[in-house]
Amino acid sequence: MEDVEHIPKKVKLIDEKGVRLDGRRFDELRPIRIEAGVLGRADGSAYIEWGGNKVLAAVYGPREAHPRHLQDPARALVQCRYNMAPFSVSDRKRPGPDRRSVEISKIISEAFSAVVIKEQFPRTSVDIFIEVLQADAGTRCAGLTAASVALADAGVPMKDLVTSCASGKIGGVVALDLNKDEDNFGEADCPMAVVPRTGDLVLLQMDGHLTYAEFQKAMGLSLDATRKIYEMQRDALQRRYSTTLEEILKEPVAPAQGRPEGSTDSIDSEFDMDLGGAGGP
Amino acid sequence: MDSSGPTRQIVIPGESVGGRGLKPGPGTFSDGGQIYAAHLGVVDERDGLVSVVPLAGRYIPQPGDAVVGEIVDLGASHWLVDINSPYPAPLHATESPWHVEFGDTRRYLNVGDVLLCHVLSVDEANRVQLTMQDREARRVQGGQLLEIEPMKVPRVIGRQGSMISLIKEGTRCGVYVGQNGRIWLDGRDEDIALAVRAIKLVEQRAQAVGLTELVKDFLSRARRGG
Repeated sequence: MEDVEHIPKKVKLIDEKGVRLDGRRFDELRPIRIEAGVLGRADGSAYIEWGGNKVLAAVYGPREAHPRHLQDPARALVQCRYNMAPFSVSDRKRPGPDRRSVEISKIISEAFSAVVIKEQFPRTSVDIFIEVLQADAGTRCAGLTAASVALADAGVPMKDLVTSCASGKIGGVVALDLNKDEDNFGEADCPMAVVPRTGDLVLLQMDGHLTYAEFQKAMGLSLDATRKIYEMQRDALQRRYSTTLEEILKEPVAPAQGRPEGSTDSIDSEFDMDLGGAGGP
Repeated sequence: MDSSGPTRQIVIPGESVGGRGLKPGPGTFSDGGQIYAAHLGVVDERDGLVSVVPLAGRYIPQPGDAVVGEIVDLGASHWLVDINSPYPAPLHATESPWHVEFGDTRRYLNVGDVLLCHVLSVDEANRVQLTMQDREARRVQGGQLLEIEPMKVPRVIGRQGSMISLIKEGTRCGVYVGQNGRIWLDGRDEDIALAVRAIKLVEQRAQAVGLTELVKDFLSRARRGG
């Protein structure tokens, strides 16, 4: 990684043509890739690469809440641990929770509390673990987006997915999804998380200063971006179950009775599960 | 497996699965006249009732479920049973098939014992109670315990138990499937190994069409020494 600490302060984060340091325009996202179900031991998991960010999310539960005194007799707890690996940043990060990661854990768990249908699982806890393997600004948004996919992958009932994106101000221009240099040397960064279906805002923070007009613009940019990210989340979840489907189709099924060779079953018919006949043994 | 009816698709939480004229069933919720999926799953619509059958998730006890449990703790008049769910499940001495003196629970069941039992009741706070007041409920000895994803249990059982009886006949094993995803197998070691492979096959291919044929084929090849 480049030693970004030595970038001179007067560097232009966005030039006259409106092109940023990494070649993006003010309203462009970094490339995002989401993968669901990457961990075998967790109930649900997801991995996201968002520009230079690499984040792993794992979900356990609903499971018995410990310590017992934390249990809520009416609903489930949603607990989150956001953690950065010591090697995730250019200077070694001292391992363990610090002021920043405790704060991020808290706001992420509160964001998910708004969508998880907690009343279905009284006295339990749903535990979300977000591990940042490589950081490049916007890790809380990346972590939240991945954790949302991991929750869905775990089969946890939710009102909707949560989608998150940041926008900020660099060189006097309001821009979407700041990278590390832009975050360090820009004027403001404003991460937010929304519930795409209803448009509810479940996380909103701001570092730096934006005028009301600038904030409105930043929010508009983020909301547009979350629609794109939502589609990526949906795609990751559907791919998780269609890959096994392709494997089934690819695998040479021994010419068994009832399934003639070269049978062209449509993909949809593969989903026809034996759903009704769940009797006792 | 029947391929009639509307085609089923995978939906993600918050995805619309129907509007007016339909009733929200299990795995869904309604909001402003629209019905949405509450979790990842496959849409199923019959008689105007829309439900989403989950593809993943924990076992949540329902009254009447047959479960395979493991004793994790003893009380003076009850045993605490792990039934692979988020909730601890006590089995009260009066629900056991024996006459248990107070403080004498250890004589009948001990920590680590595995038992076949039923869920007696589940209240609003999801407090569970188990019962052994049933012909098939007992403590098991010998055999093997296999754990699968609880949401795949319906496929392992099959329609009217077709899959499970196929595996039983094909492997000459005793197979007891708990709704909590635990399966107890009894028989000769090599038969059990075959049954485990057959059940794992069902678990992996839970979405496949013609699963029964696939398992039938697998078992007949294994029998021929393939």
